[in-house]
Amino acid sequence: MKHSALVGTICLATLLVSGVAQAKTLVFCSEGSPENFYPAVNTTGTSFDANSQIYSRIVDFERGTTKVVPGLAERWDISSDGTVYTFYLRKGVKWHSNANFKPTRDMNADDIIFAIERQWKEDHPYFAVTSKNHSYFNDMGMPKLLKSVEKVDDSTIKVTLNTPEAPFLSNLAMEYAGIQSKEYADAMLKAGTPEKVDQEPIGTGPFMLVQYQKDAIIRYRAFPDYYAGKAKIDDLVFAITPDNAVRWAKLQRGECHVMPYPNPADIEAMKKHPDINVLEQPGLNIGYLAYNTTKKPFDDKRVRRALNMAMNKKAIIDAVYLSTGIAAKNPIPPSMWSYNDDVKDDPYDPEAAKKLLAEAGYPNGFETDLWAMPVQRPYNPNARRIAELMQADLAKVGVKAEIKSFEWGEYRKRAQAGEHMTAQLGWTGDNGDPDNFLHTLLGCASAQSASGSNIAKFCHKPFDDLVTQAKRVTGQDERTKLYRDAQVIFKEEAPWYTIAHAVQLKPMRKEVVDFKLSPFGRHTFYGVDLK
Amino acid sequence: MLRFVLTRLSLVIPTFIGITFLAFVLIRLVPGDPIETLAGERGIDPVRHEALRKEYGFDRPVLVQYAIYIGRLLHGDFGRSIITHEPVLREFKALFPATIELGVSAILLALAIGLPAGMLAAVKRNSILDHGVMGVSLTGYSMPIFWWGLLLILLCSVQLGLTPVSGRIGVLYFIEPVTGFLLIDTLLSDEKGAFVSAVQHLILPTIVLGTVPLAVIARMTRSAMLEVLGEDYIRTARAKGLPPSRVIGLHALRNALIPVVTVIGLQVSVLFTGAILTETIFSWPGVGKWLIEAINRRDYPVLQGGALLIGLVVMGINLLVDVLYGTINPRIRHAQ
Repeated sequence: MKHSALVGTICLATLLVSGVAQAKTLVFCSEGSPENFYPAVNTTGTSFDANSQIYSRIVDFERGTTKVVPGLAERWDISSDGTVYTFYLRKGVKWHSNANFKPTRDMNADDIIFAIERQWKEDHPYFAVTSKNHSYFNDMGMPKLLKSVEKVDDSTIKVTLNTPEAPFLSNLAMEYAGIQSKEYADAMLKAGTPEKVDQEPIGTGPFMLVQYQKDAIIRYRAFPDYYAGKAKIDDLVFAITPDNAVRWAKLQRGECHVMPYPNPADIEAMKKHPDINVLEQPGLNIGYLAYNTTKKPFDDKRVRRALNMAMNKKAIIDAVYLSTGIAAKNPIPPSMWSYNDDVKDDPYDPEAAKKLLAEAGYPNGFETDLWAMPVQRPYNPNARRIAELMQADLAKVGVKAEIKSFEWGEYRKRAQAGEHMTAQLGWTGDNGDPDNFLHTLLGCASAQSASGSNIAKFCHKPFDDLVTQAKRVTGQDERTKLYRDAQVIFKEEAPWYTIAHAVQLKPMRKEVVDFKLSPFGRHTFYGVDLK
Repeated sequence: MLRFVLTRLSLVIPTFIGITFLAFVLIRLVPGDPIETLAGERGIDPVRHEALRKEYGFDRPVLVQYAIYIGRLLHGDFGRSIITHEPVLREFKALFPATIELGVSAILLALAIGLPAGMLAAVKRNSILDHGVMGVSLTGYSMPIFWWGLLLILLCSVQLGLTPVSGRIGVLYFIEPVTGFLLIDTLLSDEKGAFVSAVQHLILPTIVLGTVPLAVIARMTRSAMLEVLGEDYIRTARAKGLPPSRVIGLHALRNALIPVVTVIGLQVSVLFTGAILTETIFSWPGVGKWLIEAINRRDYPVLQGGALLIGLVVMGINLLVDVLYGTINPRIRHAQ
């Protein structure tokens, strides 16, 4: 029994690995279960990964980039004032079907309008189904931005905004904007089971949901009628595996082909393994230490710049990020357009730091707090350890830092309320647009809001003017110049000590072909093949 | 016996109140608001935050929330998960069979090895076998589950390739849940090799989860057997010329089982605790993993409902243990 069981196991693994003679099945060792199958109320990457296989959006990000490309809309026009978007939808886009529902028509404008209004209009019959908390729709400012969404004909919709918003197309390419079937929704509402739309979903995406067992498995099958052509693989399986050591064990055994979020300590072994490739790319993220610019002594930029020179960034990255971080000098990552590589980072120079502190009136240093997140984040693997290293460096220039921490939700709430003097935090980009970093994290509007993400409370008019202007302008060249100038001001004013951009590492088996790393950390498998 | 069972069942009400109240209050003492936790770095607009707090009822005093919760519970409404928005009872029913399957396997393993090992250690007291059994059981009892599980995966799965790494069954098998117990569902299905795959996947998690109960049962059996083997009636049985197997297996073991059965009942609650870590390591889709995630994400309805449902299960099992007592020990049965 033991021998035959062993042989059976090896055969199964071989079958998985080779993908030969049977349907091609790719197994992804997902780190968790999705919240549900309605991306508009999802808040985690895990959920977005599960849903991105099923749904399409009006526009999409080109695989592996932040460039917006046609999705369900094959083309669009933008009015000269930047407030009216006319989308021309593809014809002949088919819907999936399932046990509950067989579609009788193709995707059309009604579905787009349904998807938007469901999140927007509180009196919509589906607004409260599953949840009213349409987190990203609200966070991207859509309720204030949208003036109207109209059907021109079955293949054309017109979206009118209240103000021009350059990142609007990027916002529509995000996962929350996945399009659901109005026909399915109407049928389920009539049947008295509207929640099935979000539990037993259908979409127009490259994969259909076949089976979901919470905390165990998600099974997809390639949709043969996908508008861009059937996926190269036939079946896709998410094997839910929460522990990263176990994911690594499964990858080695051939029980999965791709795994996310490896343990940094395993990276060297992964790179040396004969059957494993490790793709890497700086993530669309930033980890930083924010100085509260409304509190003394951090209202003086000389103090902020002095502390920037007092801390050894390389030592922090080597000790904490290991090989999974690159030093950050700008508030946006190098993979983002408009990144200004001409900006010079503050050197590590404790003597120069002491001189600058003396010049600012602190020859003997001062006391401050130094907040550290209690949880690991994608942009910061160990904030507590980083805080300890910073504390030691700051002590050498006479600055006595007391490390503080709170429960995560409490930490963020208090940091946004500005209770700190210095606090670590970070950000992972939502839509690939520099506005999502520079305006959201450093603009005056965000500084003045109790729930804004500008925890440095940095409100500097020349900077704010640039990033606000960049929101209104649609030409990328013009926006690039504005953002490049903004980064120069950022360096000069130093509201943050930029720590690192975490590198995204993706180990996978060598038989996986053409997997592209998403700057957003997403895992999409259309276009991926197994050899 | 019936009166005994009814008396025990009457204790369900105060226990129910105790569990629900403790779960309700303790969860709310943990810092962090579920709405804030959902928001992450993004934060949440104060107006929306307040609206969501009102929607979930978190804006009311804790005692009022508790009263509303109890009212709904009495109608069978355990609430909905804040994260998935699924009914808590439905999620529990879907996940619980996996925990039961793992728990039963673990306790059966513990009994199958622990009982004979403890008996042998007692019979061969102070021998190498006795010291060996006690040493191994002490080691097993002391090993952290997480470490033990990862060690077994590295050794048995990765290095030796003897077992799969994690999960309940190979991903190529598509088994529709009928009972929720995969060993049964695979036998009911017509997928060749599915049952074998399910058994293979059960091996390592069973060993990991069963290690501590095995150690406890072995030690308890040894202690109980040593006490019983010193009794006069055992000496009498031997003097009468009864074969050793009958003396030990019938006369000694039956009396030694009384404290051991108590320990087994207590181990059930230990199993649920161990299941949390075991299920996480082995990606076993049971209630332990479900509860861990609920704690991290402050999913109050899941924590409250999960604690209550597990509490009721543990109470039921302990009632069964007490009834078993009567079966084993006639003195207790007559007293009952």
